[in-house]
Amino acid sequence: MTAAAAEAQASPAVRKESFASRAGRFAAKTPVHIFLIIVGLLWLVPTFGLFMISIFDPALSATEGWWQVFSDPSTATLENYRAMFQNDAIVHAIYITAIVTAGATALPVIIAALAGYAFAWIDFPGRDVLFIVMIGLLALPIQMALIPIFRLYNTLNLYDTIIGLILFHTAFAMPFSIFLLRNFFVGIPKELMEAARIDGASELRIFFRLILPLGLPAVASLAIFQVLFVWNDLLVGLTLAQDNQPIAATISLQLRQFGSNLDVIAPAAFFSLVIPLSIFLAFQRYFVQGLLAGSVK
Amino acid sequence: MTSTSASVVGQAPAAPPPPRRTVWRRWGPALPFVGPAFFLLAVWYVYPTIATVIRSLQSNAGGKFVWFDNYKQIFTDDILLTAIKNNAIWVAIVPAAVTAFGLMFAVLTERVGWSIAFKFAVFAPLAISLFAAGVIWRATMYQKDPSVGSINHVIGVIRDTFTESGVLTRANPSTKDVTGSTNQGFTLDKDLKAGDVALLGLTAIPPDEIPETAKQAEDPQAKQGGITGVVWRDFKPGGGKPGEVESEESGIPGVTVDLLDANGKKVQSTSTEANGTFTFAELGTSAYRVRVDKNTFAAPYGGVEWLGPKLITPAMIIAYIWTAAGFAMVVIAAGLAAIPRDVLEAARTDGASELQVFRRVTVPLLAPVLSVVFITQVIGVLKIFDIVLAIAPGSTRNDATVIAFEMWRKSFSGQNQFGVGAALAVFLFVLVIPVLILNIRRFRRENVGA
Repeated sequence: MTAAAAEAQASPAVRKESFASRAGRFAAKTPVHIFLIIVGLLWLVPTFGLFMISIFDPALSATEGWWQVFSDPSTATLENYRAMFQNDAIVHAIYITAIVTAGATALPVIIAALAGYAFAWIDFPGRDVLFIVMIGLLALPIQMALIPIFRLYNTLNLYDTIIGLILFHTAFAMPFSIFLLRNFFVGIPKELMEAARIDGASELRIFFRLILPLGLPAVASLAIFQVLFVWNDLLVGLTLAQDNQPIAATISLQLRQFGSNLDVIAPAAFFSLVIPLSIFLAFQRYFVQGLLAGSVK
Repeated sequence: MTSTSASVVGQAPAAPPPPRRTVWRRWGPALPFVGPAFFLLAVWYVYPTIATVIRSLQSNAGGKFVWFDNYKQIFTDDILLTAIKNNAIWVAIVPAAVTAFGLMFAVLTERVGWSIAFKFAVFAPLAISLFAAGVIWRATMYQKDPSVGSINHVIGVIRDTFTESGVLTRANPSTKDVTGSTNQGFTLDKDLKAGDVALLGLTAIPPDEIPETAKQAEDPQAKQGGITGVVWRDFKPGGGKPGEVESEESGIPGVTVDLLDANGKKVQSTSTEANGTFTFAELGTSAYRVRVDKNTFAAPYGGVEWLGPKLITPAMIIAYIWTAAGFAMVVIAAGLAAIPRDVLEAARTDGASELQVFRRVTVPLLAPVLSVVFITQVIGVLKIFDIVLAIAPGSTRNDATVIAFEMWRKSFSGQNQFGVGAALAVFLFVLVIPVLILNIRRFRRENVGA
């Protein structure tokens, strides 16, 4: 399914109806409405609750529920966030997360776009077999790489470095990214490609002048996925870094004293989820396209 | 790099390959494009995969081959067996539940005009990491104490509308006239008739358990045709006489007092006022006894231990479904939108009920989409790790554990059991191989002739 087709399908047809028949239909569906309203609200409760804890007076959050903020709004405070931004460990972790996410998004997009183009439009020996192998690699658990890469990183002094984390995420983005982009590039009309080749354009020129601009929607989907995936990573950061761990791994160390330090955990966790959530909301369209085009990971 | 590709301009894939070209030269034009990707795949995929398989056959310290000993340990070690059992539970429940939720939400939201709002609410958790989702559920929903854990708070509120929890946790009688215990209630060993007064003094009550509404205890006024009395904290800092209501002694409000007949059967029940007094009115001439009911000492609701050994896996599963249902909903909704409307209309015209249309037409047509969602969830659940680390407290990790979590814990949490860790990774890999083959077959089917 190409991303473009998926989007066309995703927007339901709008039908015109008289007001009376619409009102009648609405009434007949009251139970559905009520059910969906309740479920929708319940779905929001946990995230909302974390936000409330994050602005709750730290003296109270260990002994009183987050809903108490409603009965006494004066217990709400931004003090927890202020403390968070003065906490060197957390600020450093946010910085690491941002750099690693930026690098591990840009790099795989570029490398996978190049490879995706080759798989789509350049004939080389073993191309189809290699592509099938790549699809197979999609499901390979990260766990298979951790022990040897941990060793390798220690040897190459890449352990606990930003570049080590970026390279790991870039490599593990490859099968999915190449798969997604190749499938999109294949859909570019053959006539365009042939016209460009007859005009004597080099492969690199075709790639930069034709493929990349046309493939922008797929590249955007991929970039969103990668931002969310890398920002949200726990396992890789926990395993391959120590003093330069990203935010999730840093918060996980705080869990040992869970309960007494909610004023530290809650704002950090909420901040760490607000970033991907906003990006997700801003670019939801691309995210859904990518999801539909490549939901095999 | 540019010169390599420039030299072969004009080698359009459509053109028949010239004979006698070396493999190397035919790779030439593709190399600058696939080179970086293949380098990454070789170093981060191919090499580690081979190295992990070899490592899994070596001892934990490394170097010495122990062949299948590490694998034997997977199937004999209690904790590792628990991990496998838990993963089996996850796979048995989660993919089916997530697909079912997704299908239900997709079908229902198709019928309402504001589906975007609902979809946002359910889909948003997908952008949140599984780790953060775990932290969210642990902090807001699963805490045991009903005053901080939302779920136990709600259960407690519902429970309190049916059974009242007691005002006190413990007390002793202040005089010999009153006997009993918190388990049976405290009875005043005196036959009482209408017009009599009952004094039920209690001591050894923790001061913070006296309700805030409590007032100075009062000596009850005798009442014609009724029995009156007081339940109070018969204790005065710095002295005081047992059995007498004195100043600075507090009444205990909200205490359930029973009126018993001569056979010890409860005939009436009442609750004490703020000053501790109570009244039984319109009584006959027979003899009665008065008792402080044992439910006064009923323990308050302690809360379900969601993160204890028994419920930890269900608790994690609920949090996981919360994050994954949105994914299933969106993918299934797209599949639903792709079903030709006239097929559904035709079925309805033929007299099929909505349920029949759903079961006989919609679901079969959606089968490919449903299987994609299901398979995606199987892979996700086999590799589950973050949520265990986030939700399970240290004390229940051995009960909550799964394969991926043990792989990490054995190798990297200071245990340094790299042999067993590698074997667990290979075991995980073997489990996803069927899915891997399924993916390849699906791709080849969809790209016949490609």
